[in-house]
Amino acid sequence: MPSETKVRPEAAAVGNVATGEGRFEPTIVAFFCNWCTYTAADMAGLSRMAYSPAVRVVRLMCSGRLDPQFVLAAFRQGADGVLIGGCHPGDCHYQEGNYKALRRVTLLRSMLRQLGIEDERLRLEWISASEGEKVQRVCNEMAEDLRRLGPLHVVLSKLGPEDLDGLLAVGQNGSPAIAYEPAEGEVP
Amino acid sequence: MSTHVVIDPITRLEGHGKIEIFLGEDGDVDRAYLQIPELRGFEKFAQGRRAEDMPQITSRICGVCPMAHHMAATKALDDLYHVEPPPAARKIRELAYSTFIVEDHALHFFFLGGPDFVVGPDAPKARRNILGVVDAVGLEVGKEVIGARHQLRELMNAIAGKALHPVFGLPGGVSRFLTPEIQQDANKAAARALNLGLFALDAFRKIVLAEPANVEMITSEAYTHRTYAMGMVDGANKVAFYDGRLRVVAPDGAELLTFAARDYLDHVTEHVEPWTYMKFAYLKDVGWNGFTDGAGSGIYSVAPLARLNASEGMATPRAQEAYEELVSTLGGKPVHHTLANHWARLVELVYAAERMAELAADPEILDPNVRTVPIAVPTEGIGVVEAPRGTLIHHYRSDEAGLITSANLIVATQNNAARIALSVDKAARALIHDGKADDGLLNRIEMAFRAYDPCMGCATHNLPGHMPLVAEIRDLGGALLREVRRD
Amino acid sequence: MTKPKVAFYWCAACGGCEEAVVDLNDDLLAAVELVDVVFWPVAMDFKREDVEAFADGELAAAFINGAVRTSEQEEMVALLRRKSQAVVAFGSCAVLGGIPGLANLYDRESILREVYHECPSLEGSGTRPAAGTTSVEEGDLRLPVFGADVRTLDQVIDVDYYLPGCAPPAPLIWAALSALVEGKLPEKGTVLAPDVALCSECPRSATKPDKLSVDHFRRPHEFVADPEQCLLAQGLVCLGPATRAGCQAVCTVANMPCTGCMGPTTRVADYGAKALSAIASLIDANEDDEILARTAEIVDPVGTFYRYSLPASLLHRRVAEPAGNGARQ
Repeated sequence: MPSETKVRPEAAAVGNVATGEGRFEPTIVAFFCNWCTYTAADMAGLSRMAYSPAVRVVRLMCSGRLDPQFVLAAFRQGADGVLIGGCHPGDCHYQEGNYKALRRVTLLRSMLRQLGIEDERLRLEWISASEGEKVQRVCNEMAEDLRRLGPLHVVLSKLGPEDLDGLLAVGQNGSPAIAYEPAEGEVP
Repeated sequence: MSTHVVIDPITRLEGHGKIEIFLGEDGDVDRAYLQIPELRGFEKFAQGRRAEDMPQITSRICGVCPMAHHMAATKALDDLYHVEPPPAARKIRELAYSTFIVEDHALHFFFLGGPDFVVGPDAPKARRNILGVVDAVGLEVGKEVIGARHQLRELMNAIAGKALHPVFGLPGGVSRFLTPEIQQDANKAAARALNLGLFALDAFRKIVLAEPANVEMITSEAYTHRTYAMGMVDGANKVAFYDGRLRVVAPDGAELLTFAARDYLDHVTEHVEPWTYMKFAYLKDVGWNGFTDGAGSGIYSVAPLARLNASEGMATPRAQEAYEELVSTLGGKPVHHTLANHWARLVELVYAAERMAELAADPEILDPNVRTVPIAVPTEGIGVVEAPRGTLIHHYRSDEAGLITSANLIVATQNNAARIALSVDKAARALIHDGKADDGLLNRIEMAFRAYDPCMGCATHNLPGHMPLVAEIRDLGGALLREVRRD
Repeated sequence: MTKPKVAFYWCAACGGCEEAVVDLNDDLLAAVELVDVVFWPVAMDFKREDVEAFADGELAAAFINGAVRTSEQEEMVALLRRKSQAVVAFGSCAVLGGIPGLANLYDRESILREVYHECPSLEGSGTRPAAGTTSVEEGDLRLPVFGADVRTLDQVIDVDYYLPGCAPPAPLIWAALSALVEGKLPEKGTVLAPDVALCSECPRSATKPDKLSVDHFRRPHEFVADPEQCLLAQGLVCLGPATRAGCQAVCTVANMPCTGCMGPTTRVADYGAKALSAIASLIDANEDDEILARTAEIVDPVGTFYRYSLPASLLHRRVAEPAGNGARQ
C-alpha cells in the first residue's frame, strides 16, 4: 500500500475547520442490516424524514456480516464516523448475528481508542424495520457528534520537515507518491 | 590524494554502521569515526504493552542474542511481580542460557570475527567469511561446527520453544517443564559443546597464536586500550552469566566497586554525540573525560576480555585452565589487548559448556513445578544478565494492571560503545599512512571493532535533528495542499 | 553456467532473519553451491560500492528483511530493487512492519524525547544526534534521517514475493531458494508459505471444541496452562485461527499462545482486524456489560492483535493527535 499523505479533496470543497471558511460536514459510512435497519432507512426516506446527507449506506444481509476490516477501510477512505445498524437482540434473522456484531464492535472500539480514534466515531444501534424515525435521530445525532469532534485524518505517513531529504518517488500499484525535487545546487 | 576514506557498511557483526576516516594533508589520519545510523525506539513503544509480553517483544531488539533480552526481561518480570521462580525453573532458564552462550560465542568465532584470523586479515574479500573458514579447516570440520551449532539450536528450541525469539519466560518461572528426553539431549549437547570449545581453543593456538604476525598484531599498541572493565561475578568473584553482582576493576586491576543491578543508575550514565545514534555509557563515579582511556576516563569495557579482567577466574575446571593459559601468555591481568577478546570468548565458551553439563546432570531440573503464579501487584523491576556482548540491564515500571509505563534498557554493546570508538580511531591512525588504504588494511581497521562482537541493533535506540528547507506538497492537479517549512 | 546472484540485506531489523538463513545448517553449504551470495553484511565483506557496481537486473534476487525507517534504508532498498530481477520481502518486519512497527503508536518527537531527554540514565546534556550533516573538527559527518513512520517494504519499493515469519522457518526459506534456482517461482505477489490457518498444524487442535467460547480471557502468567488442551479453550488469547501456518506451531508446543508472526492468509487485508474479529466471536456473552467485561480483559488490543502488523494495517499508524484548536494535523 502506498505511503502518501492522505488527500481529501472534499475537505477543500466544504471548508476547513481551522480557517472557519464554510462548515465541516462529516462523512458517515453506515452498514445497515437488510432485514431491520435498511428497511427502516428506506421507510424514513419514503416518509421524507430527512437525515444528514453525509450518511452513505451500505447494505449487509446481517450485522453479523460486519467484518472489522470494513470499518477500517471506511476510515481509511475518508469516513469520519462509522454507524452499524442491526436487529434488536433476540430478533436477528440469522439467530446470533447481531450478538456477534456487538462483541466485535465492542472490542474494535477498544482497539480504535488505542489508535487515537474516539469512541463516538464507531456507533452500533439496534433499529427495527418500523423505526424509521430512529434512523433519522441516530444519523443526525452522530453527525452532530462528529461536527464537534472534527474530521478524522487518517494520515498514512506523518511526514515532517525532516523527511524531505529522504523521500523517494516510489509507490506500488500505480498509486501516487510524493516526489521531491531538490532545489538547484542542493544535494538530495 | 584522498582526504576521506569510508567503510560502508561495516560487516561481519550484528547491526549497521559505517566508518568515516578523515586524512590530513600528510596522508595520515586526523580522526576516524564509527557512526551507527540505525534506531527503532523500543524504550518508547514498550509503553502501554503488557509486562508479560516484554520478554518476547524485547527479544526483537536482537535476533542474534534474543535469549539474552528474553532472559533479562524475564528476570525483570520476577522483580516487577515480586515473585521467586521455583528452583527447577531457575535451572531450566540457566540451562537454556548456557546453551545460548556456547552457540553465540561459537557463531562469532566461526562466522563473524574469527574468519579474520582463520582465513587471514588480508585474504580476498570473498573468502573472509564462514565459507573461507570451511575451506581453511576442511569440510569435515566445517560440518562438525555447523552440526554442533545445529544441535545447540535444537536444544534451545526444545527448552525455550524457539532459539530464535524464545517464548518460555514468564514472571515466576517458565512455560513448561523439562522431560527426561530433553534432559538426555542436553547431556549429549553439553558434551559436544565442550568438544567444540576445546577444539576452538586448539584451533586458536594452532592457527592464530602459532603465527608470529598474529601475535604481534594482538599485542600491538594499535589494538590496546587501558580502560576500566565491568562484568558479572558470582559470590566467589568468578565469571557469571545468569545471576550475580556487577564488578568494576580499574585499568591497573584494582577493584573499583561492586554493585547490584538495581543500583545501576548510581553508577552508569549515558553520553550523547550528534554524529551517531548510539549512546555511550560511562562510569558516573569517574566521569566523562572525552574519548580517552586511562584511570581518569569513565570509559569502560564489557564482554569476554572485560569479564575475565573483572573477575578472579572461572567457576569450572577446564575453563579455569584455559583462563590461566590466556593470562600467563599475555603477561598477567588485566589484559588490555582488545584482540584478545577472541581468545577470552573461547574460554567463556568452555565455561558455558561445562555449566550446561552441570545443570543437565542435576536431577532437580526434571521437577515439573516450574511456575510460581504471581499474586502481588506489579510495580517496578530490574533484571540483569551477562549477554555474550556485555552487561544487559532491563528496567521496567508498570501500572497495577501490569501495563508498562516506562522501560529503560542498558544494552551490552552500549557499555562498549566508547571503547569501540577509541579502538577504531586508534587502529586507523596506526595503519593508514600516506593516504594509502587498500581492502586488507581497511579490514584490519574493522577488526578493531569486530573483536568486541558488537551488536549495533542492540546498542541503538535514539534520534535526529534538521536542516533548513521548504517544500510544497501539491495534489495531482497542481493545487497547493500544504507547505512544509523547516527552519 | 553461472550461478544466480543473490543478496541479503537488513533494514530496521534485529538480525534474526540472517540467523534464520544460518539455521539452514548443512543446507547453507548446499545453498551456496546453488547461488552466489554477493552481498550479506552480517556474514560477508561486500560493501555498498560492490552492489552499485552491478548492472541493473544483474542479481536474480534480493532477500530484504527489516522494516523501513531511515533514509539510508530507503536508499539501499531502492538500490537493490534496481539491481535485482526479483525482490523478496523476507520476514515479518519487511512483510508487515514487524514488532518495530509498534513505534507507529508514537510520533517521532515523543520517541526522541524519551531517548534523549527522559531516559533516567542520561547525563542530561540535552544533546541529540543530528540527521543530515554535523560538522566536527576534522570535517563533515552525515547521519540518515530517522523517518516519520515505520513502513513495510512494499510501501517503499515494488515487491515480488513475501516470506513471512519472525523469523521465517528454515523449510520455507529452503523452498524459496530452491524455487528460485529451479526457475519455479510462482506468480508475482505470492506469499511463499502454506495458505491455511495455524490450527491445522497445532497438535492441540484435536482438543479444540466445535463450539468454542470463552467466558474469561486470561493472561499467560495468571495460571499454569494445561500442556495438551487447546489454548483458546483455556482462555488464552491465541491467534492461531487468524494466523498463517508454516511454523510447526512451535509456540503452542512450548505452552505459549500464538502471537501471529506469520501474518494473515491471502484472503485478509488487515491482519489485526481479522484476528480481533476471530477472538471477539468467541466471547461467551450477549449482554453489554458482560461483553464489556470480557473486552476489558484484553488490556492491550494493539499490542495483541497488531503486534507484527501495524504498518501494514489499513490505518497504518495511530492517527494524529489533535492540535490545540481542535483541528487535526
